[in-house]
Amino acid sequence: MNAVKAVLSNKVVAAVLAIIAVAALWETYKALGPDQGVSLGETRILPRTTDITMPHTWEMIQRVVEPVSGATGAQPLWFAVFAAAVFTFSIAIAGWLIGVTVGVVLAVVMQRLAIIERAVLPLVIISQTVPLIALAPLVRSWGSQITIGTVPWQPWMSVAVIASYLAFFPVAVGMLRGLQSPPTIQVELLRAYGAGWWTTLMRLRLPASVPHLIPALRLAAANAVVGTIVAEVATGLPGGIGRMILEYANFASSDPAKPWAPIFGSIILGLIAAGVITLLGLLLRTYRRVETS
Amino acid sequence: MRTRSRFFAPLALTLTAGLALSACSIGGTSEATEPTTASGESANLTPVKLQLQWLTQGQFAGYYAALDQGFYEDEGLDVEIIPSGGDIVPQDALAQGEVDYAIAWVPKVLGSIEQGANITNVAQIFERSATLQVAFADSGITTPADLEGKTVGSWGYGNEWELFAGLNKAGVTDFELVTQAFDMLGLLNGDIDAAQAMTYNEYAQLLETINPDTGELYTPEDFTIIDWNDEGTAMLQDAIWADAERLETDAEYSETTVKFLKASLKGWIYARDNAEQSAEIVTAAGSTLGTSHQLWMVNEVNNLIWPNTTGGIGMVDQAAWDATVAMALETSNETGATIISEAPPESAYSTEYVEQALAELTEEGIDVTGDGFTPLSVTLNEGGN
Repeated sequence: MNAVKAVLSNKVVAAVLAIIAVAALWETYKALGPDQGVSLGETRILPRTTDITMPHTWEMIQRVVEPVSGATGAQPLWFAVFAAAVFTFSIAIAGWLIGVTVGVVLAVVMQRLAIIERAVLPLVIISQTVPLIALAPLVRSWGSQITIGTVPWQPWMSVAVIASYLAFFPVAVGMLRGLQSPPTIQVELLRAYGAGWWTTLMRLRLPASVPHLIPALRLAAANAVVGTIVAEVATGLPGGIGRMILEYANFASSDPAKPWAPIFGSIILGLIAAGVITLLGLLLRTYRRVETS
Repeated sequence: MRTRSRFFAPLALTLTAGLALSACSIGGTSEATEPTTASGESANLTPVKLQLQWLTQGQFAGYYAALDQGFYEDEGLDVEIIPSGGDIVPQDALAQGEVDYAIAWVPKVLGSIEQGANITNVAQIFERSATLQVAFADSGITTPADLEGKTVGSWGYGNEWELFAGLNKAGVTDFELVTQAFDMLGLLNGDIDAAQAMTYNEYAQLLETINPDTGELYTPEDFTIIDWNDEGTAMLQDAIWADAERLETDAEYSETTVKFLKASLKGWIYARDNAEQSAEIVTAAGSTLGTSHQLWMVNEVNNLIWPNTTGGIGMVDQAAWDATVAMALETSNETGATIISEAPPESAYSTEYVEQALAELTEEGIDVTGDGFTPLSVTLNEGGN
């Protein structure tokens, strides 16, 4: 029993076992579930189990190492997905950086001036209710009229801006809570020392905000990746995972395992993004005496 | 000081790393989008942006062929072809001045024109409609009247108007409209009785799929199709649209329009005579469709254009235009709405520019009607490979 516990406590082993468990669940349902799935009245509650709807897990894995298409010199599918993932990830990083910067600045300003908090915080929340389908053409349209120095607006910048739009929200809210987290007694201590707003921010509020900031950054990273993929689809930017998902829908019936490859690619991207934030958290661990979520 | 430096070092490190990474992305991205432009060094070439209505694919073979074969450059144009995605509406991009020309279907644009988009159809590239309604052969659905009481698929977003025109004409009112995904699983799984399909794309997807009953690919005999060209409710599809105001006030833009049309038509003529090479050009331009699927698409698109009966590719057939406008006025969708409520303005189409382009092409001895056109016979393989 203890040996089992020891093996499971190894994070890598646990993660691999979890993936195998999901795959086993998929195959079990596929083997035992009815071909037409399970419907409750008109509403389908469990999917169909045909090979087109639910390809075997090993077929999906096998498909990934096969070439993208039958054309001569076609690269393996995993490589195409990898290249698309790198493209998407770099845009997501740009979006994340913009989002985090905007979020942090907003939070600091809101903390400084209560009137701004009262005015801006509702707007920040409302901003997240604007559907992407309305936002994407607008951002692209505005962008087309902008030139940065001598560089005209590039289509990928629209995608990065949309990703940042989704990423800034958790940072602004989480950071604000973090900045406001020091108890009055600590704030008053600094005031007694004659420390100004800037010193209080640097010495007290920023360090205190770290436990709130890390989870916010992780949410922002996930939002940036998802936002980039969705915005790629919405604006039609070629080269990334989002476009690949759209393009591979073409093969849903004729090569059913193929559309799963970019989906796995996007999952791995999300995991990498979360992993990077965990590393960042390790670097800032001095300030994470208390973790909030 | 201790607190400060320890707090900032990792943060600064991360930001620097992030910036460096995103800087890499800037280099990588601009390179990735570059190949759509024919040449980097533009010796006094006029920059032109063309907005497509979907992803890079054989549907737009003529434009990619014109770019690849240097037809645009010959006319002094540096053309950038911009593919579209889910939420980009080409006629809106054109009306807002983001691009110089756009490819879009006539009924969709008629709606936008009534909403205030001041744009002009300067070349009607596709003479025939490619929209089908496909059902399994054993469903007994062969005419629009058979759709009574059935589940009918459509992608929506303005792709449904020919279907509604057909249903209106047949007097069908009792049916269930289902929004279709960009694949044919709805039909294959039996969720949809009659699914929307383009001759050049989704219909081919069906024929590339293994029939689980036979273990072989589906064949045309497994399906029945309703072709709106035969039902008399076809509407005009892919056309080149230009900015009406600039055509009127900007002489240079009018000149560019003629040049752009001349090179684009030349591209389509190239695609007619070199379907296989054109399919390869489109694939090289970034399409991920399989080889046989791409060729099928170029071939089927050629069928929509050639042979041309309007006096040359790009000419607007008055009767077909009037029919599309009449249907746009009369056809009501499931909510009772029509595309437009009054006839479009005079500026909605003009053959002035395409006539000049055709005259120049004819002078060069180029065949602009393709009377002797015979389509290829394309064999589709599993997965479109």
